[in-house]
Amino acid sequence: MFTSSSNFTNDVDALFVYITALSLIVLIGITVAMIYFVIRYSRKRNPVPKNIEGNLTLEILWTGIPLLLFISMFYFGWVGYKDMRAIPDDALQIKVTARMWQWSFEYPNGLKTDTLYVPVSKPVRVDLHSMDVNHAFFIPAFRVKKDVYPNKKNDAWFQSEKVGRYDIACAEYCGLNHSYMYSAVHIMEQKAFDQWFADASKKANLEPKLVAQTK
Amino acid sequence: MAHVAMPVDKIEPSYLEVTTNTHKGLLGWILSVDHKRIGLLYLYTMLAFFFVAVGFGFMIRLELISPGKTFIDAQTYNQFFTLHGIIMIFLFIIPGLPAVFGNFFLPIMIGAKDVIFPRVNLLSWYLFITGGLVAVAGWLLPGGSADTGWMFYVPYSVRTTTNVLPALTAAFLLGFSSILTGINFITTIHRMRAPGMSWFRLPLFIWSLYATAWVQVLATPIIGITLALVIIERTLGVGIFDPVLGGDPVLYQHLFWIYSHPAVYIMILPAMGIVSEIIPVFARRTIFGYKFIAFSSIAIAFFGSLVWAHHMFTAGMSDTAMFVFSFITFIVSIPSAIKVFNWVSTLYKGSIQADPPLLYVLSFIFQFSIGGFTGLMLGALSVNIHLQDTSFVVAHFHYVMFGGTGFGIFAAMHYWFPKMFGRMYNMKVATWAWAIVTFGYNLLYFPMFIMGYLGMPRRYYDYLPEFQPYHFASTIGSWILILGLIIMFTNLFVGMRRGAKTPKNPWGGETLEWTTQTPPIVENFHEVPTVTTGPYDYSEYEVAKKEGT
Repeated sequence: MFTSSSNFTNDVDALFVYITALSLIVLIGITVAMIYFVIRYSRKRNPVPKNIEGNLTLEILWTGIPLLLFISMFYFGWVGYKDMRAIPDDALQIKVTARMWQWSFEYPNGLKTDTLYVPVSKPVRVDLHSMDVNHAFFIPAFRVKKDVYPNKKNDAWFQSEKVGRYDIACAEYCGLNHSYMYSAVHIMEQKAFDQWFADASKKANLEPKLVAQTK
Repeated sequence: MAHVAMPVDKIEPSYLEVTTNTHKGLLGWILSVDHKRIGLLYLYTMLAFFFVAVGFGFMIRLELISPGKTFIDAQTYNQFFTLHGIIMIFLFIIPGLPAVFGNFFLPIMIGAKDVIFPRVNLLSWYLFITGGLVAVAGWLLPGGSADTGWMFYVPYSVRTTTNVLPALTAAFLLGFSSILTGINFITTIHRMRAPGMSWFRLPLFIWSLYATAWVQVLATPIIGITLALVIIERTLGVGIFDPVLGGDPVLYQHLFWIYSHPAVYIMILPAMGIVSEIIPVFARRTIFGYKFIAFSSIAIAFFGSLVWAHHMFTAGMSDTAMFVFSFITFIVSIPSAIKVFNWVSTLYKGSIQADPPLLYVLSFIFQFSIGGFTGLMLGALSVNIHLQDTSFVVAHFHYVMFGGTGFGIFAAMHYWFPKMFGRMYNMKVATWAWAIVTFGYNLLYFPMFIMGYLGMPRRYYDYLPEFQPYHFASTIGSWILILGLIIMFTNLFVGMRRGAKTPKNPWGGETLEWTTQTPPIVENFHEVPTVTTGPYDYSEYEVAKKEGT
């Protein structure tokens, strides 16, 4: 679960663990207190109840402390999200087109593939577009997700950290074969990528250039 | 509310025997304007819909027990999860507590003879049942029932050839039912309280219904407007949501969630009210922090109306919108946390009898807390991006909606059962059913958190082999849960028919419904009660007990 495969994986997982840890402490506290009270103050053991109307200090504490913790969670979430929006200018730009029920990827030189190949450690920007209904571009291992709309240009980016093959899924329900709308991203060493890109471009009669022509 | 000793035997025929009209049999029910009979009409119809939706849920889970096709095809699966969602949300959870138990007990608990508009109340039920039938009718029409998910996201819902329109029309009708009930409840609470029933002597269930009713009245029209816009778009070709016509699908999502997120609070608030009723009664002591619980209901209703776009964090909204909606999402968690802490504190130094209603409440607190904590994870922007539209979200809202509201409904059924029917179910069987339901429930939904984090998207007919163990455990959980439900409902049914007759106040409740005859008479009270203390005043309980109540 917690192996780093993109620049976002560690941050997202760390925040998830932070919230989970705090939650577990409180959840266990609540549950243990509940069970303990039910047993300790059972009608047999404690036939005469004590009427306690409330306690202002406690109310302030259990409003204030969660508020501070929640604000910390919010803050880390916001900071992590800002990173997801800060797309580097030198990112490799890929046009992603979704339609029922497949993905297609277009490189700056016009090369089109149905599987994504990118070099490791290189920022990659995906410009998302749909031909029909809503989809969502989701790479679980990279903690990347963005909705794909027919009328609206969305984008996202990531920087992989390890060579390998990772699933790309559609996360927004899009009808019959929604669950089969998988593709993959192959993270390759720069050299292997260059080789692949040159070969594939040649096959498609395209110039193997990774920077888009200026208009 | 000191007890007045009264013989157990009936003095007057109950609402089950006579009603506001002279009809006998079925007509005496479907034409009755007695809020208690209307409450039971809702109960029976709502449960019928519940069983149908459980059936769909069962089949979804069965299909997912192993990868690939198990027994239904993808199209059927998509229709099943859509029906499961529509029926559970619009026909079970939303009307569950307000329409059933609110109708039955709101007037009694404030010392009124009925709601303020009894005929409108009956009309609400007719709108409800019509909406319910229209929702299911799509099944019979050519094209089959909708396969869009209960959110009807545009443009898929425009493109699909299945019957989306009946489902939308149903939501429209059900919305009106909900609005009318809301207006009825608000007005009743304002105008019909018994002498001495000041606002801070209201039982907390009434406070939660009050907060809920405002959300129903203010938020529900938006789903109606949205539907009207869809109809305009389809018939007149005005581009509103459909990009082909120049519309914007994200606008649809906003309008949908402006209603549907507050609707989540329509679902959970009354369940919180039930919890606040049951804990003091079974701990036999006053509630801890009455005003904090009461005001937190209002705070939830208010802030809950301002967080809708947290369902759309991956839609590509502006950074400002992301910031604001994430922040308010964390703020709305505060009043829920306050409630949980006060509930647990109410158990402290009580004199606790762990009968089935309290057991369901304990499950509620545990499961609702998990739902709340996972809500924090989803509220944090960077984590949300990863978890959005995965089974983690499915688990989260089932922990709130089912583990919370559903268990609240079960708790209410077991708590008010003796008052409604004058008979008692078998306690031992009910306790077993509780244990089985709670275990099955958690086995069903907890694995979805794990696989969701691992990247299992929601609404998937098929899945990668790595998710198999979680799906398998989840499906086994669904069987255990359903077994528990069968035991629970059989036990209640048998209790309704043949259970031992109960005294009017078997649990030792201090709210007004326990002071009236069991089952209650047509206009609830022999004479209008006068209220002199708060709702959970157990200070004189021992004295009253000696008088032989």
